[in-house]
Amino acid sequence: MGYAVSLEKFQTVFDSWRKKYDVYAPKVFEGTGRFSETDVVRYGKVTDLADIDWNDRSEYSFKDILLPLSQTLLYFTEHGMTESEGPTRGTIVFLRSCDLHAVKRLDYMFLENGPEDSYYKRVRDGLKFVLMGCDHDFDGCFCVSMGTNVSTDYDAAVNVRSGGFEIDCKDPELAQAFLDMGAAEADVTPDAVMENSLTVKVPENLTSAVAKSSIWDEYDKRCIKCGRCTVACPTCTCWSMQDLFYTENGQAGERRRVQASCMIDGYTEVAGGLCFRKKAGERMRFKVLHKVLDFKKRSGFQMCVGCGRCDAICPEYISFTHCVEKLEAGMKEVSGHE
Amino acid sequence: MNNSYMPFRSEILEVIKHADVEYTFRMSYDRGDTHPVKPGQFFEISIPKYGEAPISVSGITDHSLDFTIRRVGSLTEEIFENYVGGHFFMRGPYGNGFDVNIFKGKEIVLITGGSGLSPVHGVIDYFADHMDECKSLNIISGFKSPDDILFRDDLKRWIADGMNFIYTVDAAPEGYEGNVGLVTQYIPQLPLKDFDNAIAVVVGPPMMIKFSIQELLKIGFDEEKIWLSESRKMCCGLGKCGHCRIGELYVCQDGPVFKYTTVRSFID
Repeated sequence: MGYAVSLEKFQTVFDSWRKKYDVYAPKVFEGTGRFSETDVVRYGKVTDLADIDWNDRSEYSFKDILLPLSQTLLYFTEHGMTESEGPTRGTIVFLRSCDLHAVKRLDYMFLENGPEDSYYKRVRDGLKFVLMGCDHDFDGCFCVSMGTNVSTDYDAAVNVRSGGFEIDCKDPELAQAFLDMGAAEADVTPDAVMENSLTVKVPENLTSAVAKSSIWDEYDKRCIKCGRCTVACPTCTCWSMQDLFYTENGQAGERRRVQASCMIDGYTEVAGGLCFRKKAGERMRFKVLHKVLDFKKRSGFQMCVGCGRCDAICPEYISFTHCVEKLEAGMKEVSGHE
Repeated sequence: MNNSYMPFRSEILEVIKHADVEYTFRMSYDRGDTHPVKPGQFFEISIPKYGEAPISVSGITDHSLDFTIRRVGSLTEEIFENYVGGHFFMRGPYGNGFDVNIFKGKEIVLITGGSGLSPVHGVIDYFADHMDECKSLNIISGFKSPDDILFRDDLKRWIADGMNFIYTVDAAPEGYEGNVGLVTQYIPQLPLKDFDNAIAVVVGPPMMIKFSIQELLKIGFDEEKIWLSESRKMCCGLGKCGHCRIGELYVCQDGPVFKYTTVRSFID
């Protein structure tokens, strides 16, 4: 059911949601950007509707809510282990269409690829998603190319209008607050971008043979293997297991999983020192082909959602989308060899 | 909550020392009825504070599992220093492992490098007890030096059981009487009668796998009849952490045992 409400009324709805849920949304963090005197837009807990940044694409995605940078799985002593405690409240996440499509990728990895991950599931079960309608795209967005510009599986969707908000609310629990205040009903379709200035075409004939082409070589020199692209990416989910203990001689500690990156040294290194991808170009190839080829081969749908964050965040101005554009030439090069 | 990351405690029953850097730990295991274990599968073994490492099962009995561990990382270092009278934590089994049925009635060739002998140890044990279930069993095992030779007692027993077991070392001090040289140089000597009814498994470091398979193909082995077991960094064993992925495959879920033809075009 759709509603059209004023800012004040939506604030009332928001306050009633917060009684049961924590709310996370893109937020401006002043003065904490990557350069001095700059701000960063990233996800944070919001307690007031006015805290939500409707005007930008967040530099980092919502994914930390489901896969924290560092998450305690187990507490241990020498003799036994105890499971860490799960969330006690549900969470509402405000996100854009590309990110809502990214949730499907995360769900695939944690709920379908191998056995169900209980730590992911216990957070996921308490999540509700509020789609932030996009009335325009941002620099470097290519959601239309990746088919993620329109979302329908949201709990609520919000369009910002002059003087108020339009909300399409599918979830009965979230809708209750609108019913309680007798909000004016309206036909609401979430805003969606139907055309990006950037289009990206994944070649239809793309195969893993492109790994042998020379298109990857330039990244050996350009990429500094910092992994920022994978931190910003809403679909990158890799992590490592890490044990730590509380005091120098203490026998108690915790086992955590921490986000990891295929771009960073040590990712493939096994005990004894053997490393399977040393060069930056090899790591770039591994990452890019996962996003537009390998993940789809396994799951049936593309991994990349076209949010454009990786291009925006790279300190060396390396563009994922330019790389994808080169795949066609890469395929020509390797098929010429055969 | 069904927590796949919660390990269980397992007591160390016995420690067999093969070399300074390689011991076999015999661990208690009473979950065989609900969680049966196959050769070639692995467990995530851990000591709290030092983390987890994926280790292949090298022996299986009704109430115990063997893990042959090489002292190469921070966890295995700790395992070697502080195992006495102790226990480990573990979770598993993970991976597909070897199905002994695919070997039955065939001329079997197993080629291993170093601790690569562990994952096929259970396969050898099975056919050592059931030699009538295969046409022949030929094993070539390579080790770095005479001091690194694993499962010495088993080797003697296996050779006495009538299998064609060649073990060789990369280099040896003067006066060493055993075989010296890489596993690949013994491949042409394999006494195979019928390549249509043969099966080969290669387990070891990546380069050793690559050149052994080249040699097998050279002597006329059918590429469809070659299998290998991959090893990669694995933090979870559950298809979640991402480290072991090659193309669309996850070594921990889809492997570690693969047909050569499945993975030959894959690039790390």
